[in-house]
Amino acid sequence: MPDRDKAYISLGDTLAKIERVRQHRRQKFYLHDTHVTLSHGSGGKATHNLIEAIFAPAFSNPLLDRMDDSAVFDITASRLAFTTDSYVVSPLFFPGGSIGELAINGTVNDLAMAGARPLYLSAGFVLEEGLAIEELQRIVDAMAKAAARAGVTIVTGDTKVVQRGKADRVFINTAGVGISPVTWPMGQAQARPGDKVLLSGPVGDHGIAILLAREALDIETTIESDTAPLHELVANLLEAAGPGLHCLKDPTRGGVATTLNEIALTSEISIALDETAIPVRPEVRGACEILGLDPLTIANEGKLLAIVAPEKAEAALSAMRSHPLGREAALIGEVRAEPAGMVFLKTDIGGTRVLDMLVGDPLPRIC
Amino acid sequence: MKFVDEFRDGDLARRLCSEIDRLSRGQSLKIMEICGGHTHTIYKHGIEDVLPPNIDMVHGPGCPVCVLPMGRIDDAIAIARQPGVIFVTFGDMMRVPGSKSSLLDARAEGADVRFVYSPLDALKIAHQNPDKQVVFFAIGFETTAPSTAVTLLRAQAEKIKNFSVFCNHVLVIPAIQAILDSPDMRLDGFLGPGHVCMVIGMRPFAFVARDYRKPVVLSGFEPLDIIQSVYMTVKQLDEGRREVENQYARVVRPEGNLKALEAMEKTMEGRPFFEWRGLGFISHSALKLRPEFAEWDAEKRFEVPGIRVADPPACQCGEVLKGAIKPWECKVFGTACTPETPIGTCMVSSEGACAAYFNYGRFSLAAQRNRLPVIDLTAPTGANLKDS
Repeated sequence: MPDRDKAYISLGDTLAKIERVRQHRRQKFYLHDTHVTLSHGSGGKATHNLIEAIFAPAFSNPLLDRMDDSAVFDITASRLAFTTDSYVVSPLFFPGGSIGELAINGTVNDLAMAGARPLYLSAGFVLEEGLAIEELQRIVDAMAKAAARAGVTIVTGDTKVVQRGKADRVFINTAGVGISPVTWPMGQAQARPGDKVLLSGPVGDHGIAILLAREALDIETTIESDTAPLHELVANLLEAAGPGLHCLKDPTRGGVATTLNEIALTSEISIALDETAIPVRPEVRGACEILGLDPLTIANEGKLLAIVAPEKAEAALSAMRSHPLGREAALIGEVRAEPAGMVFLKTDIGGTRVLDMLVGDPLPRIC
Repeated sequence: MKFVDEFRDGDLARRLCSEIDRLSRGQSLKIMEICGGHTHTIYKHGIEDVLPPNIDMVHGPGCPVCVLPMGRIDDAIAIARQPGVIFVTFGDMMRVPGSKSSLLDARAEGADVRFVYSPLDALKIAHQNPDKQVVFFAIGFETTAPSTAVTLLRAQAEKIKNFSVFCNHVLVIPAIQAILDSPDMRLDGFLGPGHVCMVIGMRPFAFVARDYRKPVVLSGFEPLDIIQSVYMTVKQLDEGRREVENQYARVVRPEGNLKALEAMEKTMEGRPFFEWRGLGFISHSALKLRPEFAEWDAEKRFEVPGIRVADPPACQCGEVLKGAIKPWECKVFGTACTPETPIGTCMVSSEGACAAYFNYGRFSLAAQRNRLPVIDLTAPTGANLKDS
């Protein structure tokens, strides 16, 4: 009965094959590709492999590991802070960090500026076809490390791949939720005449680090990006100043000058600064002098400005200085009533000038 | 910061200013700082606040971005738009409006426009992109011309074929002469452009003192440099002297930089005439490449429209550049013309008088004119807490 035998053998073969496949699918995921291809964005097997090999192990936590379409969780608080930010920095890696640290710290800091303790983040990736998997791995590892440092978990995510030339290697979007203990009005409309302006440390490090990391400029320095999560520093401030804390902002793009102008315009007050009180590292000042830039318009990624009621200023300042990220904090100026909407600087030689917002974009894609 | 902070000492500034006050005896004096770098320092550090009110600083034509006529910018854009071209420029030039658009617009529309801090970087880009034509937009006074010259010499030595220079270098002396000959000239003295003098030396300025009887002080770029130069100018006037003096002796040598001059001489020659924004055509006021360097001359390699474009009628950059009016006296200053949407070039570069004034100075004057309370910052807000 050759025919029956054949059928029997082939059934056995098939069962054996099925069993092999079953075992194979239970194995760990191996990503053999060296570069991201369009198939990694197809939603099919390659996408699955990429997620399981790169993202899932790095970001692993019970909420993410379920791999459902949404992360579902309980929060026992009535005031939440919610924010989102996209990261397109070029170059992807620079002294002091990478797009990975920025994507975590930037969103954590946006939550922190509402006084919030950050809890959960989402992470969306737009990858350009041809990106080296090794680079993606480094970015994801940096994100995992930054998230651990900030005490946040990435609970949901998404990955898309676009054709070569349609994006620049990696763009990341992160959104975040946090719990805010702030029950009083706090924000950029809340600065009042008499308030003091505090700055958590030297300005300009991030922008200058990025500028110098771009190849067109041959200047060698030791300047590193200041990217850091600020929520603990904020917690210290909240404890010290309480409702005396009127406004928190992180001077990212546009620098201290732009941020303070926004506060002056929204609060309809004037801000007077003392140039000599504003901390700037000598290397940053030097680079700015050479390149004709003003450190006050250069971006920061780990600094904050606090507008504090005068009676709480001293306590707030020492609370900041007791935290490693605020060791070089300084009182740099104060809020006045008139003329509303403007920021002034008492210059080093004793003159006065208007400090305006950054105009144009001397340095695109810094975060 | 070493070598910088020494030139920003507030006490010394005040002492010098009270000397200026004593020597000038209340006479109203108009002193022109020729260089845009000086204008920038004056506004950035609020020097007009510390100078006695009878000293009036007039901002001269020394911002290379501001004096370039629109037609030349149109030419640059035309080159940048040609296929296979990488157009390389200093950052300031990106936003300068031509008759219809700027280089920034051209880039947004797909032209490959990049900015560098040195023309040698442009040469590097040419090395890295052998299949492209790299064009460097050379602008500036005698300060930047030597670096263009050195770049050309290197391109020649290394036989780099895909590199050329769109030369717009201008000369400061003919511009000063044009201002001195202008009928609305009301100046009492000049602060000479220190970095230009570093290249050309002191002698080319002698005619200002000799023929026009105006003091010239070649000045550095830190706040105390400028205040000291004003002091030296006022002292000359007080003592009846008319000389070329060198305040910037730590950099400027009387004979200039012979090596730089030699490089310029090898690669460039005078143009019979050149148009300056606001000042019109000035003879022998600009440089072009020598015929030996025709191979690297973008004007010879590419078709450029070369059309002269009249300045917008509302724009008074010309009068500002001549010092005939102050930036805020222009009809469109701060209304139609702002750093975000500049009409005239003086509003574009940070060295332009209008942009410098708009960014740094507009309040103190508004305060003087409208008798607003001037902010008293004499008690630094943080002083008592700083060391707590």
